[in-house]
Amino acid sequence: MTKDECKQVVLDIIADIAPDEDLTNVKPDVRLRDQLQLDSMDFLDIVMELRKRHGIEVPEADYQQLASLDSSAEYLTPKFIALGK
Amino acid sequence: MNSATHYDVAIIGAGMSGLAAGIRLAHFGKKVCIFERHNAPGGLNSFYSLAGRRYDVGLHAMTNFVRPGVKGTPLGKLLRQLRIDRDEFALCEQKQSRVAFGPRGETSLCFTNDFTMLEAEVAQNFPAQIDGFRRLVAVVRAHDDVSLDAPAESARTIVRRHIADPLLEDMLFCPVMYYGSATEHDMDFGQFVIMFKALYLEGFARPYDGVRVIIRVLLEKYRAAGGERRMKCGVRSIVAREGRATALVLDDGGEITADHIISSIGAPETERLMAPSVQPPASDIQSSSLNSALRIPHSAFPIGVLSFVETITVLDRQPAALGWGEDTIIFFNDSHRLHYARSEDQVDVRSGVICIPNNFDFGPGRELPEGIFRCTCLARYDRWADLPEATYRADKARWYAAIQRSAHRFLPPPPAPDTLARAMIGTDMFTPRTITKFTGHLGGAIYGSPVKNRQGRTALANVYLCGTDQGFLGIVGAMLSGISMANYHILQKG
Repeated sequence: MTKDECKQVVLDIIADIAPDEDLTNVKPDVRLRDQLQLDSMDFLDIVMELRKRHGIEVPEADYQQLASLDSSAEYLTPKFIALGK
Repeated sequence: MNSATHYDVAIIGAGMSGLAAGIRLAHFGKKVCIFERHNAPGGLNSFYSLAGRRYDVGLHAMTNFVRPGVKGTPLGKLLRQLRIDRDEFALCEQKQSRVAFGPRGETSLCFTNDFTMLEAEVAQNFPAQIDGFRRLVAVVRAHDDVSLDAPAESARTIVRRHIADPLLEDMLFCPVMYYGSATEHDMDFGQFVIMFKALYLEGFARPYDGVRVIIRVLLEKYRAAGGERRMKCGVRSIVAREGRATALVLDDGGEITADHIISSIGAPETERLMAPSVQPPASDIQSSSLNSALRIPHSAFPIGVLSFVETITVLDRQPAALGWGEDTIIFFNDSHRLHYARSEDQVDVRSGVICIPNNFDFGPGRELPEGIFRCTCLARYDRWADLPEATYRADKARWYAAIQRSAHRFLPPPPAPDTLARAMIGTDMFTPRTITKFTGHLGGAIYGSPVKNRQGRTALANVYLCGTDQGFLGIVGAMLSGISMANYHILQKG
């Protein structure tokens, strides 16, 4: 999995949990919270959908790694590769 | 076939909160079963048929309505968390509601789903109070009402810092209390904030077909996520060992086990399931005033003393034909002060809530097929509970008439004195006894115990509360309660 594919995985999840958000111009280097209306319940859902759909575990201490699309890709891509994806 | 004997999570009660918790848990792969004693889902907000006619019970209006695009409010959170598209609820907005005080409702405050209406009404009717009102609104907006560990504070005390006119104070409290308060006279400020936002800053709406639309959406989400439910199958007791629940004994005598149990049936009701051999005597019912409630230790949840009656009148024409086409909900009080407390008599008709479901805006040319007039008043459980059947029926008929007489004072008089009597084609009425019979809530206490338990913990480590007694109010609050407790106690822990 490439970093761009990884960003798309996160965007797909956000599109499902927050269908009322416009995701066409999300900037990868800006915190998601600063450009979208996402609260702590939504971030919990991103973590849980990663587990449900892709078998990826994000421990609570690492939640801040999902702050932006870029940081998510940095953090998640090795996890996908480790799973052979 | 629902024949499993072990679940990751067992949920007691298929009301709004239990269904919402179930959807979350099933969506994330938990093996879940909801056990419901009644044959219909919905709990305190349900529906039934009588003489070929369909009735809603409980819900007058869904509170917390915001228009599409308004984010960060309870309705938006609930839709996201349950993966519901807001079009599925097909909500139709109220026309207008009002609070009417005085023997004939001489002082009134109208409000709509646009908050500036209430603000303008306060400015016009209470010009000396408008600055204080605006300060109060700022405090309400800034308050973190979903915190799970906020200390209890008196709402009256905080409101009086900003509102000096007792009439305005009571008029603001009246809808807030009637739509959710389990405490007499006063309420916890956190609960006041939840309801103030839900009623005044957000608003009222309902689906054309009523509460059954919401229940149907929840049931379908739950089923699609793989959740199981067993209807007409209540839980008789919770078996515990070393501080944990080990099994549930069902009404049919069967036993199941579960890693976690979420109970939506109320705090005192859940405590009774845990200790079925210890039945407190009826005199155990305690005062629900906030002060006494605050002194009760955290683990004790007194049975609420606030119960209600509701009358439903079906008309052969639209209420507008009687001159009643403007107001969706009317909160009335004929006295100088509001007496939101356990009724001395079987019913207290001095104050109450009128709901005219026809007066939601269902769109051009779309109206409910019959006129509906609903009226709710405070009632006293112990004066209804043990009456012989003949007396019970006679008392219902007597109070039905008294409630109509009281409520009609706050509406324009019908065109001719006998118009209303000729328009009536059906009536029904529920009492505190009905509430306990169909929902299991002790004391007919719709809003549950005066002591709320925000974290939902119980004496058993793997049993949690959701719903009314967890303390998020209204049906949106109930659903958020189920969601929050499922997240907090189960899903966040992996």
